[in-house]
Amino acid sequence: MFSNMHLPRYERIWLTIGITSLFIFLIILGTLAIGLGLQPPGHMKTVPPEQVRTSAPFNKPALVQIGPNEYKATMVAQMFSYLPGELEIPAGSTVHFEITSPDVVHGLYLPHTNVNIMVIPGHVAEFTYTFKKAGDYLMLCHEYCGAGHQAMMGKLKVV
Amino acid sequence: MENTLRDRSSDQMSFHVQDRRLILAHLGFAFIAFLIGVVAGLVQALQRTGFITLPSNIGYYQLLTAHGVSLALIFTTFFIIGYLYSGLAKTLGGKLLPSANMVAWIGFYMMVIGTLLGLMMIITNDATVLYTFYAPMQASPIFYIGLALVVVGSWLSGIAIFMNYHHWRKKHPGESSPLFAYMAVATMVLWLICTVGVAIEVLFQLIPWSLGWTDKINVELSRTFFWYFGHPLVYFWLLPAYIYWYVQIPKIIGGKIFSNSLPRLTFILFILYSIPVGFHHQLMEPGVSSFWKFLQVVLTMLVVIPSLMTAFALIATFELAGRSKGAKGLFGWFTKLPWKDVRFVSTFLGMLIFIPAGAGGVVNASFQLDQVVHNTLFITGHFHITIAAAVILTFFAIAYWLVPSLRNRQLTPFANNLGLIQCWIWTIGMLIMSTAMHIVGVLGEPRRTSYTTYNNHPAAEVWEPYRLFTGIGSIILFLSAVLFLINIVYLWFFAPKAESEVDFPIGEVGEEQPKPPAILERWSVWIGITIALVIIAYTIPVIHMAQHAPGSPPIRSW
Repeated sequence: MFSNMHLPRYERIWLTIGITSLFIFLIILGTLAIGLGLQPPGHMKTVPPEQVRTSAPFNKPALVQIGPNEYKATMVAQMFSYLPGELEIPAGSTVHFEITSPDVVHGLYLPHTNVNIMVIPGHVAEFTYTFKKAGDYLMLCHEYCGAGHQAMMGKLKVV
Repeated sequence: MENTLRDRSSDQMSFHVQDRRLILAHLGFAFIAFLIGVVAGLVQALQRTGFITLPSNIGYYQLLTAHGVSLALIFTTFFIIGYLYSGLAKTLGGKLLPSANMVAWIGFYMMVIGTLLGLMMIITNDATVLYTFYAPMQASPIFYIGLALVVVGSWLSGIAIFMNYHHWRKKHPGESSPLFAYMAVATMVLWLICTVGVAIEVLFQLIPWSLGWTDKINVELSRTFFWYFGHPLVYFWLLPAYIYWYVQIPKIIGGKIFSNSLPRLTFILFILYSIPVGFHHQLMEPGVSSFWKFLQVVLTMLVVIPSLMTAFALIATFELAGRSKGAKGLFGWFTKLPWKDVRFVSTFLGMLIFIPAGAGGVVNASFQLDQVVHNTLFITGHFHITIAAAVILTFFAIAYWLVPSLRNRQLTPFANNLGLIQCWIWTIGMLIMSTAMHIVGVLGEPRRTSYTTYNNHPAAEVWEPYRLFTGIGSIILFLSAVLFLINIVYLWFFAPKAESEVDFPIGEVGEEQPKPPAILERWSVWIGITIALVIIAYTIPVIHMAQHAPGSPPIRSW
């Protein structure tokens, strides 16, 4: 089918090296994902946006301790704030975020961490992260959500 | 009529008056969109970096919407379609098919009307939804109708291109089509397949919902349709630049086209691996399971293969051209390149910047690494060195000879030198701006955000010095854009008339090159494989969304 397509020798070598590295790279990504469970945030749970404020668990957004050094942050991202807007945990704590939106698309992003979550109305996004270092972390919305987008922020204090 | 035109090796071209009008209309409209886009771009950049405060009747997000829509959607589409028509006229027998020109004009006017409707809504602040128009933010229905007209108009442009190609194939049975025409068809095949996604989103979700015919919209489904279109959109920008790199640059540097088959295969691979991959823009969001995200990450990365083939072909072309001019040593060919010819230099600068741009793209699409950069200024930096450097520098180079060609004028040494200054300034400005964006993105500054210090939060303080560089870079870029437009006005209206025929460089294929395999020209096969890949990559998650994702009522949050 491709018999009269000529691939020069050097191009063969170049492509062999390139394609081999590509597959090694993909195998590493796959191993990290499946072997070490390093997955980007997501989840298949849904909640209708109009029920966010009235039904559990998002009617009472809060940070709850669920074990030694382990917390669950049930959060609502709304125009233009987070509920709860300020969290405090001891250093070394693992936080399980679950977050949704009652209105438009938002984001929850903590600079200098891997917490980078899209908040889509209708869906519950989940992500787990361990805060090893003490400090004042900034929570900010990183998806344009309207006129007050640049003011949408919260704080997470690791003590 | 076909005497000069049968000779494909000729650099000369005499456009027919109908074709001239059609192509100039597209280019002229593109340049107006470019002007609007760069003005909005400069002002929003200076606002977000803290240089200026906007008057209360202009919103930051309004300007950002105008910047994105005019440059990413309007300028690119009009310029690309005009450029493809010109190459078809040159390589398919000297003139476009009159029946196809009719279709092309209808497409043009639909796109113009659509653009004007959209811009009007942006100006009245009724469509401050950015160029991704994510639901459930709801713009005026007129904005969505405008977008639909642009998309459907561009389909007619695609049909006009197919008609020209089909006509040529019928008149030349058994021959393989000229490389430019083949690639133009491939570009439009990609465009037609990918715009189906945004058309479904706009026609069946956004328009009925914005008119109040439906009260809710499936947000995740609309995002999926958008990104099914949004990623190949960037390849729709890139492929015309590749056409210039593969087909025209060899002629300009005094070389030959490296292979007549491999570039065709490359374009086919771009179609296959740029479409079923939109989920890599949605890695950070719920509603799509990890398996489907990962599958599309793998398909995304396969685009590395045609990219490596392109890199090899281009450097080989450069080296062979240099050696044929007597270059010695391992890198002697480098000095033989035409470093004073803007048609080459601007393009070369774009190619060079495309190397780190490609590497950044691998970072963005990496399943886990995306968590570090998603929706930060790293992403904005990335697409400013792809579309706004690699692609636009190539489009500058094209415009510098295509505009005088169509106006029967000369690319004078003055215009060439002004162009050289302009493309170097653009490159410097873009390196300053996008390097700062990449770094500050990794430091956590979000994209698409008006000036803010987050109540002087320490995490945001470290961004300050980079904002200075981003702002300075944007000013330099704007100056370059103004120089470009001045040069284009000169070439359009004032440059001296050409003697008889004008330059239209089209590379020749080396005589030893075998005829390309016929299978490459069997479009049904490749379209079939593309559709099969799309079905595999999308069916299950889309059905799941359609059944399970809750709907959202409209919100105007600006």
